[in-house]
Amino acid sequence: MIQFLVHEEADNVGVATVDIKAGETAKGLYMDSQKKVQVKAQQDIPLGHKIALVKFKKDDSVIKYGHDIGRIVADIKVGEHVHIHNLKTRRW
Amino acid sequence: MAKLKNPKVFAYRRENGRVGIRNHVVILPLDDLSNSACEKVAYNVKGTKAIPHAYGRLQFGKDLELFFRTMIGTGANPNVAAVVVIGIEPDWTNRIVEGIAKTGKPVAGFSIERFGEFKTVEMACWKAKEFVQWASELRRESVDLKEIWVSVKCGESDTTSGLASNPTVGNAIEKLVAMGATTSFGETSEITGAEMVCKERAANRKVGEQFMATFNAYQKMIDDNKTDDLSGSQPTKGNIRGGLTTIEEKAFGNLQKIGKKANYVGVLDKAEAPTGPGLWFMDTSSAAAEAVTLWAAAGFVAHFFPTGQGNIIGNPIEPVIKLTANPLTAKTMSEHVDYDCSAILRGEMTLDQSGDNLLQMLIRTCNGRLTAQEVLGHEEFVLTKLYESA
Repeated sequence: MIQFLVHEEADNVGVATVDIKAGETAKGLYMDSQKKVQVKAQQDIPLGHKIALVKFKKDDSVIKYGHDIGRIVADIKVGEHVHIHNLKTRRW
Repeated sequence: MAKLKNPKVFAYRRENGRVGIRNHVVILPLDDLSNSACEKVAYNVKGTKAIPHAYGRLQFGKDLELFFRTMIGTGANPNVAAVVVIGIEPDWTNRIVEGIAKTGKPVAGFSIERFGEFKTVEMACWKAKEFVQWASELRRESVDLKEIWVSVKCGESDTTSGLASNPTVGNAIEKLVAMGATTSFGETSEITGAEMVCKERAANRKVGEQFMATFNAYQKMIDDNKTDDLSGSQPTKGNIRGGLTTIEEKAFGNLQKIGKKANYVGVLDKAEAPTGPGLWFMDTSSAAAEAVTLWAAAGFVAHFFPTGQGNIIGNPIEPVIKLTANPLTAKTMSEHVDYDCSAILRGEMTLDQSGDNLLQMLIRTCNGRLTAQEVLGHEEFVLTKLYESA
């Protein structure tokens, strides 16, 4: 059983497929290569929400589906929750 | 994909060479006033289907052109064997009859003025009986799957849509396009946030520019008519609760339905038929019933509809194959779901396998399996209206 999926090798976030609890070592799967990956969750990641696979600094891009889905507005550690408090659109 | 290299299905070859997977005899009203007569005919003559709708009076300009294109296209769709058209007056009735007659299929028109509804219903019933008995003897024949025109659109999306059901559709679409099939996506407004990437997915620069012009025109229409700032409502609160963050993320999830490699070869106006194989972009609303009605009118004969929270839309002539990756939706709304791909979320199935499974469901649907929507009688026929009638 996996706890998160990553769309593409180029992505730097995974998407939780179950509720992940802080402190858990979450098992993930890359959907394109079927490669396995593990990340220690630093925070609770609710089902459908994103988990950081890399360390992010302010103004970094979040890559999902192989595309830039927005900019980081607060530093993020590996395993932290990536959501609207630290990720904003580049549009508005 | 070896086992599906050149799949065959059993379908109806129509007079104009196109292939249909259903054999409907349609009783088509020209206008709102003629719905009642059409429903009476469909009640009397078993095996026929009335398609009531709300318009057809005092429309003008581009809105009237779209109306006729949609009505004629609906009758002309290869899933339809024959058509009886009923209108309040003969001129516009005949315009629809003549448009459908170009396909070579049997079609007849009746108008109510100077006859009254009883007499019109009686005359139309005789013709409908003749058509339905004729159509009942038509036989399916073996054709290539690539002759099946497939449209795609999602609805009530959630994070499971972007994760699994939309990419499943994208995988199937790539395989269909590789076979030489004709396919289409649309939902102009829902591409917002991914429009530059969508532009680059065009087969060439000219088509990309056409897409941008269509996209910008739709954006302008929204800007001209909106009463509040959409930046506050896209993504929606529900989207955000489900894990989505930016409009880009939502749009890329939507765009997964065309896969990763396929390029679109042209841009279609609403209800406009494609002129060759490949993937086509059609300018449509993102409202499910309006969009599927436009694809059916353009000649598409099967639709892939991925849903997250459970949109239950159907269409009277174009079977809608519904899939979901949301295990809760698959369980609580199973009567609406044709294909459950939630195994992807458990890491138990690859996208490639899931795409193959969806194609198998398409093949079964072509061969005659009724979709959930057909069995439930979901026949949302909704005309797109560009502006008020005169």
